[in-house]
Amino acid sequence: MSRGLVTGGALCALFLGAALLSLVWTPHDVAAIDIAAKLRGPSAAHWLGTDHFGRDLFSMILVGARVSLAVALVAVGIGAGIGVPLGLLAAARRGGVVDELVTRANDLVFAFPSLLIAILITAVFGPSAINAIVAIGIFNIPVFARLTRGAALALWQRDFVLAARVAGKGEVRISVEHILPNLADLLIVQATIQFSLAILAEAALSYVGLGAQPPTPSWGRMLAESQTMIAIAPRLALVPGLAIVLAVLGLNLLGDGLRDLLDPRVRRARA
Amino acid sequence: MIRYLATRGLSLALSLLVASLVIFLVLNVVPGDPARYMLGMNARPDTVAALRAELGLDQPAAARYLAWLGGMARGDFGTSYTYRTPVAGMILDRVGVSLPLALYALALSTAIAIPLGLFAAARRGRAADTGVMAATQLGIAVPNFWLAMLLVLVFAVRLRWFAAGGFPGWGAGILAGMKALTLPAIALAAPQAAILARVARAALIETLGEDFIRTARAKGLTGGQALTRHALRNAMIPVLTIIGLQFSFLLAGAIIIENVFFLPGLGRLVFQAISQRDLVVVQSVVMLLVCAVILVTFLVDIAYVLVDPRLRRT
Repeated sequence: MSRGLVTGGALCALFLGAALLSLVWTPHDVAAIDIAAKLRGPSAAHWLGTDHFGRDLFSMILVGARVSLAVALVAVGIGAGIGVPLGLLAAARRGGVVDELVTRANDLVFAFPSLLIAILITAVFGPSAINAIVAIGIFNIPVFARLTRGAALALWQRDFVLAARVAGKGEVRISVEHILPNLADLLIVQATIQFSLAILAEAALSYVGLGAQPPTPSWGRMLAESQTMIAIAPRLALVPGLAIVLAVLGLNLLGDGLRDLLDPRVRRARA
Repeated sequence: MIRYLATRGLSLALSLLVASLVIFLVLNVVPGDPARYMLGMNARPDTVAALRAELGLDQPAAARYLAWLGGMARGDFGTSYTYRTPVAGMILDRVGVSLPLALYALALSTAIAIPLGLFAAARRGRAADTGVMAATQLGIAVPNFWLAMLLVLVFAVRLRWFAAGGFPGWGAGILAGMKALTLPAIALAAPQAAILARVARAALIETLGEDFIRTARAKGLTGGQALTRHALRNAMIPVLTIIGLQFSFLLAGAIIIENVFFLPGLGRLVFQAISQRDLVVVQSVVMLLVCAVILVTFLVDIAYVLVDPRLRRT
């Protein structure tokens, strides 16, 4: 176990813990406005102080973790849920119509950075957390489709696939029973990395007002709201920013650590 | 080479066409009538109909799509619903901020990342390398708009070296314009530089294992000379790929960063247009950005061939 993996795992556990904790308990109601207690520094009652509406910053960070986690989880789920089957299918019918379509569609989606997809969706349906999820999810589909297709193509050349064919299994069964399990390592590592990118994307979208809408706290919008007060209350900008950095850093370290752990080639090279 | 360019050019044109179709289709399933939205709920039906005719909304979708395409080919992006001025002019003003910002950031990112990657690769496995890698790991995790806020806090609010935002316009002089774009460009460039430095380091270390490096060392070059003269050029393919990819991230990122610094660029334009449901503007800006991304991908493909003539044959 490398130091990076342990640090990454610990940060991710902290992130997950904060998100889960917010489901059952927050020190204060995140929507409770108390103007009399606005812009207070950290104290026993408010561990990280209060914002310009007197809301409890620590509670908002906890709920923000949950929003971040939920958006990223569903978005990466959409990406993997659609991208992986498409990639498997494209590899199973190499050079066929599906393969050609998947490759072309991938190239097309790659021309639209996730922010542009979000802008298009928002222009049509208005800003919301759901639309942010869909935008980040669409952007994730080609990432998984391309990765799956490439790795699955290599596996189709292997002897154990030939054996399965001889045994009379069809393309779909081979893909599900033999190809997919061999891709699991790769997909888990990629999912971790996409997860951290999704958290950054969600933060950016809610920063420009295209993500979760008030009163739901989100780290990105907390930063946007803190901007006008950065000279008098820099704490309001520092805390949510640090939360994002720690979550993303944790996921990246976990992803890198897992890759080293799961890929024997890298492990030998390091030893 | 000509044939290579021709096939590449054809697929470029096809991508642009498909992208334009997608953008048009998405924005034209919009629930709600822009004309009614502009005039308000109490407008008389004949006023709405007149405005629909003026905006060309009474035409069938296919005709409107073709008119849009034809207009863009002539440099006519239509007329803004809200401001009743040509979209092309509005976009042109804004591109004058967003494009220099993205290019400035790209230059900064490359200028920071390549030396950093060389430095780390030359000292691979040692403390300096580990330090650089840890710093880049952190750099990747920092959202650029947050870094932008921190830069404002330190260099504008505390030290007062820079303005906290705004843009004097290029009429105020190149230097004044560049100064206004410096903090935004640093904020945009830093996370991208971290990614690029990691890619450059990995590519360089891989190249350093090649036989021609051993040959170069055997004929008397020092490790540093072999690195800069032989390894760097051969490590350029993955580095170029990432630089090309980063351009689209930088353009999209510029849209966000402009909001931190109140820069009058494409980002401000598009968010304003969304809130006013000025779909002609949204449609044109998104098309322009997608166009830029596809074009840069094309240029990177060409650059590959220039860097590595072997690729011409495929």
